[in-house]
Amino acid sequence: MSSATQHFSQGPDADGFFGDFGGRFVAETLMPLILELEEAWEWSRTDEAFRRELEGYQRDYIGRATPLYYAERLTEHLGGAKIYFKREDLNHTGAHKINNCIGQILLARKMGKKRIIAETGAGMHGVATATVAARFGMECVIYMGATDIERQQPNVFRMKLLGAEVIPVESGTGTLKDAMNEALRDWVTNVDSTFYLIGTVAGPHPYPAMVRDFQSVIGRETRAQILEKEGRLPDTLMACIGGGSNAMGLFHPMLDDESVHMIGVEAAGHGIETGEHAASLNGGEPGVLHGNRTFLLQSDDGQITDAHSVSAGLDYPGIGPEHAWLHTQKRVEYVSITDHEAIQAFKLCCELEGIIPALESAHSVAHLRKIAPDLPRDHLIVLNMSGRGDKDMASVANWLEQHGDTDKLPNTTVEAAEPGRIDDMQPPHDVAKKTGETE
Amino acid sequence: MTTRISRRFAALKEENRAALVTFTIAGDPDFEASLETLKGLPAAGADIIELGMPFTDPMADGPAIQKAAQRALRAGQTQRKTLEMVREFRRNDQDTPIVLMGYYNPIYRYGVGAFLKDAVDAGIDGLIVVDLPPEHDGELCLPAMNAGLDFIRLTTPTTDDKRLPRVLENTSGFIYYVSVAGVTGAQAPTPESVEQSITRIRAHTDLPIAVGFGIRSAEQAAAIGRFADAVVVGSALVQCIETADSPQAGTQAVHTLVRTLASALPPQR
Repeated sequence: MSSATQHFSQGPDADGFFGDFGGRFVAETLMPLILELEEAWEWSRTDEAFRRELEGYQRDYIGRATPLYYAERLTEHLGGAKIYFKREDLNHTGAHKINNCIGQILLARKMGKKRIIAETGAGMHGVATATVAARFGMECVIYMGATDIERQQPNVFRMKLLGAEVIPVESGTGTLKDAMNEALRDWVTNVDSTFYLIGTVAGPHPYPAMVRDFQSVIGRETRAQILEKEGRLPDTLMACIGGGSNAMGLFHPMLDDESVHMIGVEAAGHGIETGEHAASLNGGEPGVLHGNRTFLLQSDDGQITDAHSVSAGLDYPGIGPEHAWLHTQKRVEYVSITDHEAIQAFKLCCELEGIIPALESAHSVAHLRKIAPDLPRDHLIVLNMSGRGDKDMASVANWLEQHGDTDKLPNTTVEAAEPGRIDDMQPPHDVAKKTGETE
Repeated sequence: MTTRISRRFAALKEENRAALVTFTIAGDPDFEASLETLKGLPAAGADIIELGMPFTDPMADGPAIQKAAQRALRAGQTQRKTLEMVREFRRNDQDTPIVLMGYYNPIYRYGVGAFLKDAVDAGIDGLIVVDLPPEHDGELCLPAMNAGLDFIRLTTPTTDDKRLPRVLENTSGFIYYVSVAGVTGAQAPTPESVEQSITRIRAHTDLPIAVGFGIRSAEQAAAIGRFADAVVVGSALVQCIETADSPQAGTQAVHTLVRTLASALPPQR
């Protein structure tokens, strides 16, 4: 348990707790493997050869360091704080997800595992996992909710091209939480051969801390880059939160810098008051799911309720336990942004900066619009541009069409959302057969 | 102090046969039919009743039990109704042990103290909580034992001799050996490999050992019942409810299968 003197960056404790949150709430079958993984992770933190190998892949395969970009036009438009984007969208595979996948697959190799499983929502983690599995010649199985498969076809196609088997999950609501349940079922069944590559800072200990460690490269680079550009630390860090891995990666290296204010942006969907949202901290209660205690969307009876967000990547009823702790400690401010606000910010970012953000990242751009104009011009904000929005074309076009908001859009963009066009992206039948997909 | 569970195992030892443990989900397919099923289980031959607390995200269960939990939740089952069901059962049966099985979140949300008090009042004898390993005994296991409930732990093929003492440390009532690394309703293991594992676990404990996961037929129950202290059947019973034409027919089908399983259990050793 945490003590009053604990620094914010020093968790978790030996049992995997950040204050009351975290832990290892899993079936006995998995416990020996989780303890083995914890050993491997502890080893990796101090092993010099592992660090060098990881840095090599970060540089030459992922393309790090990513730039810290001064968003000049957005800054001028909003007329307040000076805005920087940390460009995780420029990573190989188009998002921060690959940082974690490279780290975990090196550990999987170290542990002698031959088969990788993962769950994915928007598909970015699935694509990153399939990518590293291809790179290291490992069998790869991705669980994805049937609903998400519908709305993220381009990523499904990518995963298949990369040699992964994509298994649609029909149970529950067919979204990320159900995919995670199914991945856990696979894991208990194939515990000897299989490494479960969790995509966010959630799950049983050591996953939340391990994924955070692999993502912390974002914050370490940001720290060094802003010092070089501005000669001082940022005043505010901002990042979107589904499970919370890009935010944790940005925040963690500066958690003990008291002057740095941090804001995590959750998805409010149709609005927290409607009950249709994915804001676990602002609209949930503490509970235990998927191996950790954290804030969860749930009923009074402890049943997990459905999350909603226009962004498949934020559509999860939980959040990483370290965020739950930082929330209760009031170290990080957690706010929420609706679907509507996120879409408007998405358009603004495209128009002003020539950057098509992931819908996830658009949530933090939306909050930026709310706060930046009222801040002084010397206030430095770094926003984590966690991924690029190519994958979200269909979701955005559908949303705009449904809301009669297509004035500014060329016809081609809207057409991209039509089922006929998406079907063109399906792999040929024989490829589908080979990858085990039943269509 | 003897508990219903220890008394039941002592009696079975006199008879020299293994216990039949049945598993169904409380409230599946609805409250009334589920209560009728429960009431008829002892007469049909169930020695110990395991009652599942439905949960939206049963990560360690296969499709049959997942669907059963969804049916129960759709029909309005709650933690309170599950306890009420046991209270109803106890009006006519003071002897058959009832163990609640499920996941931690609904108990956590109910409040551990309040839940344990209400569970004892309702006539519950023990708890099996799938996602609470011994590392988190302070959460529920120790408070449950203090409240007089047995806390039954799962051991699995991945629980080696080094870890076994840790798993057994605060376990009471009986040990539940999960015979396969997998989810409920999985492929049955060979009796020979299970027997080896049981022998290994017996070297560490005097508690009765129940075997479950993957046992569906009278033949399998008979084979495992030769050396295990109890045989658990779940998915096969739950599927009787799934495939029945009506809730009443589901109850009948469960009782029929329980009678078949019970009569197949041989004298031991």
